[in-house]
Amino acid sequence: MSWFADLLGPWRGFTVTWRQMFKPKLTTRYPKEKRVKPQRFHGRHALNRYPDGMEKCIGCELCASVCPARCIYVRGEDNPPDDPVSPGERFGFVYEINMLRCIFCGMCVEACPTEAITMTHLFEMSVSDRQEGIFTKDVLLVEPDGTPNHPLPDTPLIDIKELRLGDGWLRATSPSGRAEFEGVEAWSPSARMGGLAPAEPAQEARGESQESRVKSQEARTKSQEPRTKNQEPRGDGEEGTDD
Amino acid sequence: MEDFIVAAVKTVIAFALLFTVVLILVWAERRIVAFMQNRLGPTRAGPLGILQTLADGLKLIFKESMTPDRVEVWLYLAAPIMALVPALLIFLVVPIGAPITIGGTEYTLQVTDLNVGVLYVLAMSSMAVYAIALAGWSSGSKYPLIGSVRSAAQMISYEAAMGLALVPVIMFNGTTSLAGIVEAQGATYFGFLPAWNIVLLPSFVVFVIAMFAETNRAPFDLVEAEQEIVGGFHTEYSGFRFALFFLAEYINLFNMSALTVVFFFGGWQGPVFGPTVVQWILPVIYFFAKTFAIVFLFIWVRGTLPRLRYDQLMSFGWKRLIPVSLAWIILAMIAVGIRRFGLPWA
Repeated sequence: MSWFADLLGPWRGFTVTWRQMFKPKLTTRYPKEKRVKPQRFHGRHALNRYPDGMEKCIGCELCASVCPARCIYVRGEDNPPDDPVSPGERFGFVYEINMLRCIFCGMCVEACPTEAITMTHLFEMSVSDRQEGIFTKDVLLVEPDGTPNHPLPDTPLIDIKELRLGDGWLRATSPSGRAEFEGVEAWSPSARMGGLAPAEPAQEARGESQESRVKSQEARTKSQEPRTKNQEPRGDGEEGTDD
Repeated sequence: MEDFIVAAVKTVIAFALLFTVVLILVWAERRIVAFMQNRLGPTRAGPLGILQTLADGLKLIFKESMTPDRVEVWLYLAAPIMALVPALLIFLVVPIGAPITIGGTEYTLQVTDLNVGVLYVLAMSSMAVYAIALAGWSSGSKYPLIGSVRSAAQMISYEAAMGLALVPVIMFNGTTSLAGIVEAQGATYFGFLPAWNIVLLPSFVVFVIAMFAETNRAPFDLVEAEQEIVGGFHTEYSGFRFALFFLAEYINLFNMSALTVVFFFGGWQGPVFGPTVVQWILPVIYFFAKTFAIVFLFIWVRGTLPRLRYDQLMSFGWKRLIPVSLAWIILAMIAVGIRRFGLPWA
């Protein structure tokens, strides 16, 4: 009966399109519905503050020097002794990011020693001329209560709720530069409303010795290996039954 | 004088109907193809996006109609009109419902019943090819020219098969008037099976394949293959002239579906009951339901089949369709002869 199957072959394509008609659609009707973005989404930057309202930026210009697109311009200045802006010696006097050039790679976030610059989930940043594309400190800096700032009112297209979502930036090692986090992966989200993320317990506090931690890590990688091997691209099983 | 008024009213209604149908058709095609591709298609203009075609048409009217430098101006300007006119004219002979009687006068639900309706339809659908060929040639650039050459070659490969496919229908029903063909399909086999011409299955298959080629639709849309020749004959057209070509294409799509229904699916025939007004309306509903089913077939094919290569198209037309339809004509001839005169040895 193989000749019969060959004869039907061209017609089976029609059953495929017929079935697809009744499947759920992949379209997200964007301004109406918004997808939940991945936690580490690279959106617009925010300059954070400490819970007491001090700016985290110390004007070190590491972000500017690491930026591959050369879109960050920072000028530091000495803190006024009577009214310091940041807890350090200096603070970011001028902080500008040219969003028309930014490639949202997140290198500035990685480079920042004080977690002053982080990324939010906001990606709707259209501007009407090139000058507006340069985001200055009064846009980037969060409000004293930790709320990210936006120059325009909250409309369906400028979703300030997105700005409030911390980016949950994954640091490979040593968040906040604390020695007890060496080698520990930790979530260190940007400052949301109210300031710092809850601190991860230090390794001593968790009662883990160096050895047990290494062991548990090995066990974790081993258990992950078969899973990655067996992982199939989505939708393949579906296609396989068709042919 | 009264005949003239009736004809004028019918014509206006027919044209209004066609343009309304095109609005729905373009939307339906975009939605259905989108659904087959797991998309949503147009959803923004009007409920479910049904006004999308209207919005597109309005946009095209307000666009600048460019006339490129090297065109043959008169032909270039005439071609869109030449595409639209035959498309509108075909519909004039299609009966969309049973004849209705008002005040003792019988009105047919078609603008005119030509006694050579089938020939008229074939002639008009061939006329559309002139528009495409001339549009491509008068544009004075290479892709439209390739498109128009393709359309001419496509036409000679399929026109013959299309005409031949209709010969058994004419023999079977004994008339070339479209109203007559529909009337002839009114009977039933065994009291419940409708006596539609679909029993002439080979004719139907050949006609549908030729129909796809005739309307320049996938999988035979070589004439306007966007991926190869940038839209073919309408590459150099913009604004409302471009819209006219599209209007003509979709009117042709509807016409061809309507003709398939008339030739093979009994036109407006169907079970009729109830008061007089319902008896007038039901056939029209049957006609449109059947026609849109064929339109759906068009869209389904477009969503499924890839475009044929050029030589495949021609060899398929000449080496398969024409011999098949010729053989089928001889068979049908014998069958019709036996039906009329009995077996030769009886």
